[in-house]
Amino acid sequence: MRSFSEIDTAVKRASKGIGFSWGISEEVGKNIRLLEMFGLPGLKNLNQYYKILKEKKFQNLTLVSKENSSKIPYCPIIAGINFLDQVNNLEELEEIKFDNLGFPILFIPFVSRASEIIGKRIFLTIDEKEFLLNFNQSIYSNYLSSDVLEKSDQIKIKFIENKNMFSETEWQELYKLSEDTFVEETDKLKQNAAGAGLTDND
Amino acid sequence: MESKLRDPKKIMKLSKLGSFHQSKLSFLRSFLKEFKDWKYNRDLFDLDEGGFGRAVYSFSKDRRVYSLVCFANKINDHERSDRVIATKWDAAFVLYDGIPTKKDLDRLSNDVPQQEVGRMSYKELTLSRANKSVRIFEHVVESLSNGKQPDKEKLSKVGYLYRTTAVYGSGKFGLADRFRIKNREEIYGPFRLEMMLVYLVRQFTFDQVNHIAKHKNSKGAVELDDDICKNLGIGNSTGLGMAPFIVNHPALLNNWILARETALKKIREIKKIDENDSKIFIDCLKKSLKNVTSWTTDSDFQNKKIKSLISDLYKFINFIEKEFSFEEDYAFNQIYKWIEKNLRDECIEYIVSMMMEPYDYITNPLLKSMSADEDKYFTIPTNKNVSDLRNILEDNYSDILKIDFEKKESNQNFWFISKNKEEPRLADRYLDKGSELEQPLAIARDICKLYARISNQKNSLKIGKFLIENNDLRHVVRRAFIVEKFPYAEIQDNTIGSNLMPIDMLRLKLSFFGAVKFDPRSDKWLRINMFQGAPLPKNLKKFDDYWVYNSLN
Repeated sequence: MRSFSEIDTAVKRASKGIGFSWGISEEVGKNIRLLEMFGLPGLKNLNQYYKILKEKKFQNLTLVSKENSSKIPYCPIIAGINFLDQVNNLEELEEIKFDNLGFPILFIPFVSRASEIIGKRIFLTIDEKEFLLNFNQSIYSNYLSSDVLEKSDQIKIKFIENKNMFSETEWQELYKLSEDTFVEETDKLKQNAAGAGLTDND
Repeated sequence: MESKLRDPKKIMKLSKLGSFHQSKLSFLRSFLKEFKDWKYNRDLFDLDEGGFGRAVYSFSKDRRVYSLVCFANKINDHERSDRVIATKWDAAFVLYDGIPTKKDLDRLSNDVPQQEVGRMSYKELTLSRANKSVRIFEHVVESLSNGKQPDKEKLSKVGYLYRTTAVYGSGKFGLADRFRIKNREEIYGPFRLEMMLVYLVRQFTFDQVNHIAKHKNSKGAVELDDDICKNLGIGNSTGLGMAPFIVNHPALLNNWILARETALKKIREIKKIDENDSKIFIDCLKKSLKNVTSWTTDSDFQNKKIKSLISDLYKFINFIEKEFSFEEDYAFNQIYKWIEKNLRDECIEYIVSMMMEPYDYITNPLLKSMSADEDKYFTIPTNKNVSDLRNILEDNYSDILKIDFEKKESNQNFWFISKNKEEPRLADRYLDKGSELEQPLAIARDICKLYARISNQKNSLKIGKFLIENNDLRHVVRRAFIVEKFPYAEIQDNTIGSNLMPIDMLRLKLSFFGAVKFDPRSDKWLRINMFQGAPLPKNLKKFDDYWVYNSLN
């Protein structure tokens, strides 16, 4: 088994070898490490992408907008880098679409890291495949394939406002149970137990 | 009185960093301090009469066990080489996480001796190999088998029976990734498991030499005297592989240097020096002279440094004994001011190390701050603007921005990764091929490029937008924002200039390891000694933190 550290280093070098700058290569190294850690086929997809990249042209998406579309498939790395770099401005768009993005698995870690930067969960769909990106701590998905995914017709990104996943009633019900660990204070305990002084204002 | 931390622009110059010495903060000393209460055991010792076979040593506490697995192999003399291009070694070692089973040992016996070519698993933590010292190994075996102790003078010239030529960790060749073990309290300090491996290897070398001698003459052989063992360490041959590490780990480098600088600052701020503390300082200083005067090397570069160190040390001792009193307020601050004015870097940094000796209460809390989670600082804050970046560059790189990279000599060298060994190397840009594959280690040059690039950009331009057209400099944009948080993260010198001394970079790292007796074999590699004078594992419980000054050699 290859360690994550080996994966990071080899991917960084391979990315430089294929022509990306050192700075971008560093990002790709970290990303593939992240995908592999989350159990997604990062290295496999990257390897296939780099094989094809030698022969096929991909479009560089630099300025990300609400709707992004191209006849030539977008490069997932350049699109991802720019999504990551611009995410502070993109968050207000609520939903962003990318039509025709190549090797979309490679785009996921950029979005996952963006979720950590803005402090919001991001819901990403690649056609019918769903991914919930949780602040770059985990990825929840209905996609378990370890195959290479060469293209996507449409990617949608939604920024999810921070809110609890439970109702106020559910909270109150649970909180009531937690109160069973508390002690009812007598008047004397109310006076002394917190360790306060004789007056409240000294 | 509040003392200031020393200026990173002075401290982070390579000539200064290349003058650092071991101290209480050094990793091999902090390793021994941490593991002194652990149970040591030799679990397996299955060598044949020639000393070839396998052995296992362990440290255990509560439910945690670390086991060193040793494989001693027969090699021909002509196959023995310290160079990284070697493919066979006298012995190979791996530190296993837990207690290895017979099946584990069989698996490891195939892979560990192959080192870089073998595959390790997440159960293995560190990996190394070592060669016998041809200068003394046979002499020791012969002496012991003849019932005599070896010639101490001969031993003192070498200082070890074996020399490691690489120690790997952190995910290399399939070893466990750091994240798997980083929450273990006993290894919070950097390189703890690498230090453990080297320390246990040292014991293996003594056991092996005793074993061979006994098989040569079962009735007449004697065991190597404990005091002699104690004064032998483990040699290490280090080449350029280590140099880029300190460039590639800026937050970690900062934490090492910051710990040292913080210790110095706090010591200078002590108003009244306790008599016992001044005694410890002077005692360690005088005892350490033995380490310096017995420091031999063929290197002119190092000999000049040793000469300057010895003459400055005598000058300093004369000052302390005749002109100075620890009765003065802020005595260590007075001392620091005096040494900075009167002595050279090699001795200044030596004395800074010595000043820490009495102060466990200052150094101990700093040990845990010497690791770093580099990934935490990886993401570039792209919502900042060009004006922020410009300020960082002007504040933190002012000396570097003065370097003229139009000059040929400023660009003389380039760092690359060798195809056959996948290790960093240095070559002449104008004589050697391959500069188009240069590694991103020319930080000073690229920072200057970045500064020029932002000079005609609007102050309000967001970094995210700036990067769209300037991703070729993304790696240094990242560094600049790291350096903003970590003042000692960056070497304040040109790492590709014609006057670069790469061994300064090695020396810096090795001083933090706790190495002594740096012996440069060229400007690109050097030999050192580790754990010379350290207590033997069986005596660790009676641990004396000043062992480093008790060496007889």
